[in-house]
Amino acid sequence: MEIEFNHKIAAHCENGVIANMLRFYGFDVSEPMIFGLSYGLFFSHMPFVKLAGQAVTSFRTFPGVLFSRVTKLLGFKTETERFLNEEKAMAKVNKLVDAGVPVGCVVGMYYLPYMPLEYRFPFNGHNICVVGHDTESNVYTVSDPNCTEKVKITAKDLQKVRFTKGGTYPLFGQMYWVKEAPKELPDMAELAVKAIKKNCWYMTSQPSWLPFFGVNGIDYLGRKMALWEDKLGKRKAALGLAQIIRMLEEIGTGGAGFRFMYGAFLQEVAKLTGEDEYKTYSKRITEIGDKWRSFAAEAAGVFKRKQGSKSYPELASLISEIGQMERKFFTDLAAFNKNVMNRKNYK
Amino acid sequence: MNIDDVPQDLSVFRGSVVRDVAYAVDADGNYQAVVSDGWNVKADALRTVLNDIDEDCMEIARQVVKHEVSPLAYYMAKGLMDVDMLADNSGISKRNVKKHLEWDAFQNLDDKTIQIYAETLRITPEMLKTLPEID
Repeated sequence: MEIEFNHKIAAHCENGVIANMLRFYGFDVSEPMIFGLSYGLFFSHMPFVKLAGQAVTSFRTFPGVLFSRVTKLLGFKTETERFLNEEKAMAKVNKLVDAGVPVGCVVGMYYLPYMPLEYRFPFNGHNICVVGHDTESNVYTVSDPNCTEKVKITAKDLQKVRFTKGGTYPLFGQMYWVKEAPKELPDMAELAVKAIKKNCWYMTSQPSWLPFFGVNGIDYLGRKMALWEDKLGKRKAALGLAQIIRMLEEIGTGGAGFRFMYGAFLQEVAKLTGEDEYKTYSKRITEIGDKWRSFAAEAAGVFKRKQGSKSYPELASLISEIGQMERKFFTDLAAFNKNVMNRKNYK
Repeated sequence: MNIDDVPQDLSVFRGSVVRDVAYAVDADGNYQAVVSDGWNVKADALRTVLNDIDEDCMEIARQVVKHEVSPLAYYMAKGLMDVDMLADNSGISKRNVKKHLEWDAFQNLDDKTIQIYAETLRITPEMLKTLPEID
């Protein structure tokens, strides 16, 4: 069975799978809209969570929550299932795909056959959508939002990536699908404005004694980075910096990318609500995204040991500057958004 | 970021269908999704991390040549795995994986076990039995 599924490449895997799935059910919701509605923008620097021996820095909310948040908001009925038995996990996918239902799967990157060699990192949080199964050859057609076209993967490989062990966390063949689509979408303007309120809260509400999350996390990373070279030595400090850039720019966590995506979301909100001032905020978060990008470029000079590159305290002050910009941005946006909510009588 | 500034530096994506997508603004300030071939800054970061892993591997390779550890130890590090991950993904117990990292125990392994390790590490059984080259 080959489902007629319109595949589109996306900036981020989970948003991408959701956007492609919703389009399959007849609803054109953009990737930035999905990201914004699920209040996905975040920051965390967690020295106590290690990935490949390095502290985890993330620029978005935790994997797996976007699908449930968005589909619930939009009135979809969905189901998620995990398995202990690998054969049962495969049989369930076959059953759904044969019935014409696209199935989202959480998979590990390491064993994905079509990933470039450099991307074979033990990261178990990638999302793909299974959209076809040829019973004769036992080969699956997969819509991977990081690919320009649909790809093929053997049953053996699919089973392996769904049950990759170790790494960030072991996988249990987690899969999700839509059981029932709504007749029409609810009022998106109201949902979007409410989601902005929540996102601002997540970024700025953390108490000062909890330094790892939200805007606090950016300040915290800045303070730590200033001391890296003295504390860790040249080699480890450079490595830590390279890891931050990877997490900043790579598939799955991309920091600046998510700031730009939020900018695109705010532009859509301006159109939806007729409130032009959201466009000003879109511009401001775009500037913040640009700052993250120039930080990445400066940092690359440091870990490549280029002449005349910045010192760690100088890099750290760039981070602190971004932290201040983000704090002010979300505080201002929250105030304006509250104003809109009052005027439009959104509860 | 403006659309014209979206980097198109093709390196790690060469030969694959994987690409990045960036949201960037056009001349009128409207956001659009743009497919990107990659960014040198990011590729450099990736290479820095991989080079560091390679340095560790070189150290292990020297030990393999002196028969202090088995080639499995080298290919495990090269494949970005540790004992826990290799054990979990191969289904071979941690205790046995640790044992097979020793030169002597590895030499006595049957073909079936070699095959399982090779598959888990995504290399051929012949490669797993080959000594790594050292600079």
